[in-house]
Amino acid sequence: MTSAKPKLAVWKFSSCDGCQLSLLDCEDELLAVADAVEIANFPEASRAVVKGPYDLSLVEGSITTPHDEQRIHGIRRASRFLVSIGACATAGGIQALRNFKDVKEFTSIVYARPDYIETLKKSTPITDHVFVDFELRGCPIDKYQLVEVISAFLNGRKPNTPPHSVCMECKQRGTVCVMVAQGVPCLGPVTQVGCGALCPGYARGCYGCFGPKETPNTASLSACWSGLGVSNRDLMRAFRSFNAYAEPFRRESEAHEK
Amino acid sequence: MKSRTIKVDNLARVEGEGALFVKLNGQQVTDVKLRIFEPPRFFEAFLRGRKFHEVPDITARICGICPIAYQMSSCHAIEDACGVKITGPIRDLRRLIYCGEWIESHALHVYLLHAPDFLGYEDSIRMAKDHPEEVKRGLRLKKAGNEIVRLLGGREIHPINVRVGGFYKVPEKKDFSALAEELRWARDAALETVRWVAAFDFPDFDRDYEFVALRHPDEYAINEGRIVSSKGLDIAVREYDLHFAEQHLSHSNALHSRLNEREAYFVGPQARYSLNFEKLSPIAKEAARAAGLGPVCRNPFQSIVVRSVELVYACDEALRLIERYEKPDKPAVNVEPRVSTGFGCTEAPRGICYHRYRLDDRGVILDAKIVPPTSQNLKTIEGDLWQFVESHLAVQKDKLQWQCEQAIRNYDPCISCATHALRLHIESE
Repeated sequence: MTSAKPKLAVWKFSSCDGCQLSLLDCEDELLAVADAVEIANFPEASRAVVKGPYDLSLVEGSITTPHDEQRIHGIRRASRFLVSIGACATAGGIQALRNFKDVKEFTSIVYARPDYIETLKKSTPITDHVFVDFELRGCPIDKYQLVEVISAFLNGRKPNTPPHSVCMECKQRGTVCVMVAQGVPCLGPVTQVGCGALCPGYARGCYGCFGPKETPNTASLSACWSGLGVSNRDLMRAFRSFNAYAEPFRRESEAHEK
Repeated sequence: MKSRTIKVDNLARVEGEGALFVKLNGQQVTDVKLRIFEPPRFFEAFLRGRKFHEVPDITARICGICPIAYQMSSCHAIEDACGVKITGPIRDLRRLIYCGEWIESHALHVYLLHAPDFLGYEDSIRMAKDHPEEVKRGLRLKKAGNEIVRLLGGREIHPINVRVGGFYKVPEKKDFSALAEELRWARDAALETVRWVAAFDFPDFDRDYEFVALRHPDEYAINEGRIVSSKGLDIAVREYDLHFAEQHLSHSNALHSRLNEREAYFVGPQARYSLNFEKLSPIAKEAARAAGLGPVCRNPFQSIVVRSVELVYACDEALRLIERYEKPDKPAVNVEPRVSTGFGCTEAPRGICYHRYRLDDRGVILDAKIVPPTSQNLKTIEGDLWQFVESHLAVQKDKLQWQCEQAIRNYDPCISCATHALRLHIESE
């Protein structure tokens, strides 16, 4: 890094745009962030493009086309640090549901002329293609965690984003367990925090936006869900959403696929 | 005569990825293509086999900017299939959270994406150096909209509290007091916004558009109404597929919608405004008049003014809904599945968002169709560019290219939605 401001770039692959929008949703911090870094490539916000290399690249979205499979390598080469943001970039996203099916069938359901569509069989996370310095979880990511990650990388330290389960945060917040008290199926015990344990606070079970926590015991949780009367099919679908292709969730969903 | 092209390889300040390609032969435009290369995500395909109560959480993920629109259209369509109609405070809360999304999305577009075009900046960060007060006002307005979404939905992007039948949890009346205070500021700021953008320079531009929007007898339509147009269309939402068709073109991963009899049409704030001006609140109407807008606005470059008038309306309406709120006994109405097809259409910030689902007796989705607003505007955007370039050939190429981008941004296109992107090429033969 020179004495000039560090260069920040934001890149998009297959996604809903929500995670990069989180940066613009930092209404109170945006101008301060823009003061600390040079926003060198962020098409959603600016038509100006500054050439690389970049000090920090934030990558949103999953790899789903042959072109994107190539493009990500150029971005890696131009970036000192590369951080993938959000469930699409870290686990393939909801569009990774195609990975369990035949993508040709999917194309013909949606498009009249499947021959016009160029797409890969699988939707895969960034880390399947290039080295990733850090993965920020969430569907969507939490904007305060995003600011933490940006500031950590610009200051040469490790981001502080806890890897433990949603349960821990429910306890910290004093939220009564929806599964124990009300028998509501909840993915909290196997899901990483980051959202602030939102769903149980709204009287519903966690549905896994932040993906698997470290060392999740998914089989044990599934047994508890079965005890609440949840069918195998419903269990399979519960693990098969925005982080369906994250390894522990993928294995657990396949265990209930009959 | 020499031929030339105008190209924008990666359109900026739009949500998603796309490119623009315009081909010229002498004084004539011979081709305009808005290429959408945002990769397809196949929502309609993987919704098959999911349970009906999962749908709003899944369709939210089509768009991070307008997740409420997808959640609302999904809920209405599924409730329609199950024969349930939501009334009273739950209906009001839905309208309120939708106002929040309009405020958040419109403030984003007006201040961060569109205004820099009129004032000659590459982006709002650069604009903030010379116009700090305006940009701060825009960010605070955006935040006020997001506060509504967060209070009712749990978080701004992909809210977790919306469900088929209503909400998981509803707020107490007193939870709104701080928000109401901020919204009173926001309404004044929105009025300031209208005055600010009304003074911008607008290219002279006008086409004979067919505006399409929802219309409701009692209110400025957001969640419910009949689908009407400025050329006489007046249909129930369930008749949508009889009148509109989607086309798949080789240059686009987004399907192009058209009206069966008349081709291109125009959805979004300008269509809503021009079809439902009378239903705006007095303060919003007054702001429009003071800005020099008539009850119909056909210049798409003035969409920024119309969007600002809707900002005033959404703040005003949110305050009205908060004022009369009484907490319902239950946060949601019970919805039992049945074999049926349901239809839903709501006014996303960018225009009508149509959903159709076929359910079996256990509530499993057998078939889904989703038409986002941006695919409905693609044909109209291409038509605008065609006419705009032909009448502005004398303009220097760099400037013309920028104006073409601006013409696209008039529609606040959301390409992530349309593929469930934009680049510019102008080429001369």
